[in-house]
Amino acid sequence: MSIAEVRTCRPADYRSDVKPVWCPGCGDHHVLLSFTRAFAELGEAPENIAVISGIGCSSRIPAYTNCYGFHGVHGRSLALAAGLKVTRPDLTVIVASGDGDGYSIGGNHFLHACRRNLDMTYVVMDNRVYGMTKGQPSPTTEPDFDTALSPGGTGLSPFHPLVIALASGANFVARAFSGDHKGTASILVEAIRHPGFSFVEVLSPCVTFRPDEREWKTQVRPAPVEATDDPGRAARRLMSDDGFNIGILYRGARRPYRPEFGRSRVDLNELEREFEL
Amino acid sequence: MTHAVTNLADTPEISSLADLFATAYRIETDAVERYRLLADQMETHNNAELAAMFRDLARAEGLHAEEIRRLAGDTDIAARAAQVGTWQGGDSPEQADLSSAHYLMTPWHALQMALAGEECALAFFQSVVEKANDPKIKALAEEFVNEETEHVELCHRLLRKHKAPPDSWAQDPDPPIGQE
Repeated sequence: MSIAEVRTCRPADYRSDVKPVWCPGCGDHHVLLSFTRAFAELGEAPENIAVISGIGCSSRIPAYTNCYGFHGVHGRSLALAAGLKVTRPDLTVIVASGDGDGYSIGGNHFLHACRRNLDMTYVVMDNRVYGMTKGQPSPTTEPDFDTALSPGGTGLSPFHPLVIALASGANFVARAFSGDHKGTASILVEAIRHPGFSFVEVLSPCVTFRPDEREWKTQVRPAPVEATDDPGRAARRLMSDDGFNIGILYRGARRPYRPEFGRSRVDLNELEREFEL
Repeated sequence: MTHAVTNLADTPEISSLADLFATAYRIETDAVERYRLLADQMETHNNAELAAMFRDLARAEGLHAEEIRRLAGDTDIAARAAQVGTWQGGDSPEQADLSSAHYLMTPWHALQMALAGEECALAFFQSVVEKANDPKIKALAEEFVNEETEHVELCHRLLRKHKAPPDSWAQDPDPPIGQE
């Protein structure tokens, strides 16, 4: 039996020595537990997993795992991850983001990553606020979030990430709650195993700038229906739910995009000749 | 203060003494890991008193784990503990609820967390006593019940020393205010 075959798969094996700086009580601590639990359940070696992130509290997560990681540029985690996945399709690519990084600055990448349908998993830790920069409203913030920066609330309708993911072509759509880290880990395992672009929104309370979100643990509930493979039905369910139904909501069967590198259709010598003066 | 394990519907099956030793060991080692995480968080957020308290709690649970390992004799309970089944919500009974943490929390809050954990563990071992048909399993589970009862009493004694803080405990004189 090879060393790889006798590898132990405990969640602790996927933790790095770096201590998280998230606030005590922050949901992201739980998401980290879910990541490591899911990786252990998958039995994937840390060196075969890449965790790519953008900027924000949630995007610190790659440093806290001992997988390969890249703490990238604001809103560009999906672009980085897409580049990695097409050149190293053998890697399990997990993309971590927050609601500001992923839906505002990275909003356009989100649409096209869903459309492109590369085989990777996008996890957005949604706390409905920019926590790292001290509490500005994000695209998922409620319109009546009344702060010094948004007196009287923004008055803007919140972004609906799951519906947008579905409409843009994501092949797997789920919502999880950080406080249920076992359930979140199970969803992540299924998301990673599902071919194509999987999108998992994790409700992850910001206890510092949104202390009201501590109540989420009393509001979340298992989705009352099983996942569907019908995008129309999934969209109707998502449009009518209150954002607290937890579970896998859509499993599609669209073929993942797999560009074939190394088989260039361009003859470089011919190209060079074209440029000769 | 809430705790992750609030019902015992989804707990590991105990069909042998080795299962019971392994489960008891797992409960203690899970608690050690969770208290260490909390101690790290408190250190990062300059709450030295709580960091020390969580380290003490981790040390105490570690001693219990070693005692269980010693009682188990030749059984490799550390290996067996890794195979122990699932718990409701993913946390075993003595794992403190991470979502209840706060950077200004006081020893009273930490002891409330510990008490909730000890009470859950007590309820678990009581359920094993009630369900066990094997007299050896029942006798060992009763020992664990007695031990957890002592831990619950210890928490209550410590809580008499560390009184509940005033309602203003979470007020920070230099708060992480929103950007203006």
